Parts: sequence; C-alpha cells; structure tokens
Amino acid sequence: MFVRVRLFARLRELARHDELRLEVPDGSTAQDVWNGLAAEYPPLADYSRAVSVAVNDDYARLTASVRDGDEIAFLPPVSGG
Amino acid sequence: MDASHAITAAPLDAAAVAAAVSHDGDGAVASFVGLVRNHNAGRRVLWLDYEAYEPLALKAFDRIAQEAAARWAGVRVSIHHRVGRVGIGEASVVIAAASPHRAEAFAACRYAIERIKQIAPIWKHEHFDGGEVWIEGATANADDEAARATAMERACS
Repeated sequence: MFVRVRLFARLRELARHDELRLEVPDGSTAQDVWNGLAAEYPPLADYSRAVSVAVNDDYARLTASVRDGDEIAFLPPVSGG
Repeated sequence: MDASHAITAAPLDAAAVAAAVSHDGDGAVASFVGLVRNHNAGRRVLWLDYEAYEPLALKAFDRIAQEAAARWAGVRVSIHHRVGRVGIGEASVVIAAASPHRAEAFAACRYAIERIKQIAPIWKHEHFDGGEVWIEGATANADDEAARATAMERACS
C-alpha cells in the first residue's frame, strides 16, 4: 500500500522533500513508516527519539496502524509562539 | 472548528482579536502579544520565518481553547499566529482570553501560550547575523498530562 508522507521544518530540509509517496507493507504502523523513511534518508535518524506524528491531520501515536492513502506527517520538536 | 483561530501571513491586530472574542457578559479580556526580539542565545536576530502545519495547528488552537474553557468556566480563547517572515518587533502570536472576571482571563491567556509552545505544530526558523537555525523546543505530545499540568501550574502561579 501507499501512504503520503509530509515533512516539516528541519525534517523537510534534511530529506529535501516536503511531501513524498511511500510504499509500505500492509499492517504498517507510523513507526514503520518512519523507520522506512529514515532508512531512505539517513540524516532523519537523528530525530527518531524526538519526532511526533500526525495521521490525516490529527496527532497520533507512533504505534498507530496506517492505511492505504493515509497522510502521515512527521513533526520535529515545535517552537511556536 | 472554532472560526476564531487563525494562521496567517498577514500582520496581526491584537485589538481586533480581543474585540472579536469578547461579548457583553464579559468583564475582562486579557491579551498576550508575542514579539520577535532582536537577540536570542547570544545571536543578533535579523528576522524569523515561521512554518506551520496549518490544519493541525488550528485543531491544536481549538483544543487549547477547549482545555481553557473546561478549566475556567465562561472563558473563551482566540489564538492568531503568523507564518512566513516576521520582522523584529512584529507580533508573531496574539492570544485573547475573554471572561466574566479578570482572574480567569489572565490565567487562561497564560495557559494558552504555554500550551502553544508544547503542542502547536509551528516552527521558528531563526535568521541571525552569520547564519540560520531551526529552533526546536518540545516534542509535541497532546496527550502528555505532565506537560499539561506544567502549563496549568504556570497559568495559576
């Protein structure tokens, strides 16, 4: 299945993509998607312990299952205000 | 979605945000205006570029407003945040909290800025004299009750 991945701020710069389409096995979790992404773009691995995830515009846990067509956003630590 | 929140590239108008959130039953509206300052961590800051994950940021603002309303009865919170390039001295964020009484308005306003810094998917890209750097604060976790308690403690201190 395919998911749409969105990256923000420094993650976007490290991967040189703000959006990409990724093929992942059925039954994958958000963590699996991240692991696949970090394998493809090794500089992202520095963020493995600090990343947050949103699925279809809602915060989710990395353990959440993802489905075909989902939009998975990975977020570095935030600094609004 | 509460229509009273905004992510915008346009300059913020604190008075307009305060006026829009308050009504005749209110005795107070507390406003917070966050400004871009000209120095940070020993660097001379030239400007900030803000990036947001807009749909989730608006949901986060709505969540923060609901958390405040659940804690302080009768309080309404409106949050407007800039994106894009924001110059020194310009407002990056405006929060207005309206309430029948002043204590709740002050507390809710403080609570909202603390929560924005914890869970709003927004990032500062600092451009300073000599380079640029992404500012990274909290790992956003909307379900982190300890973080929420910290924000509440700061609001009520």
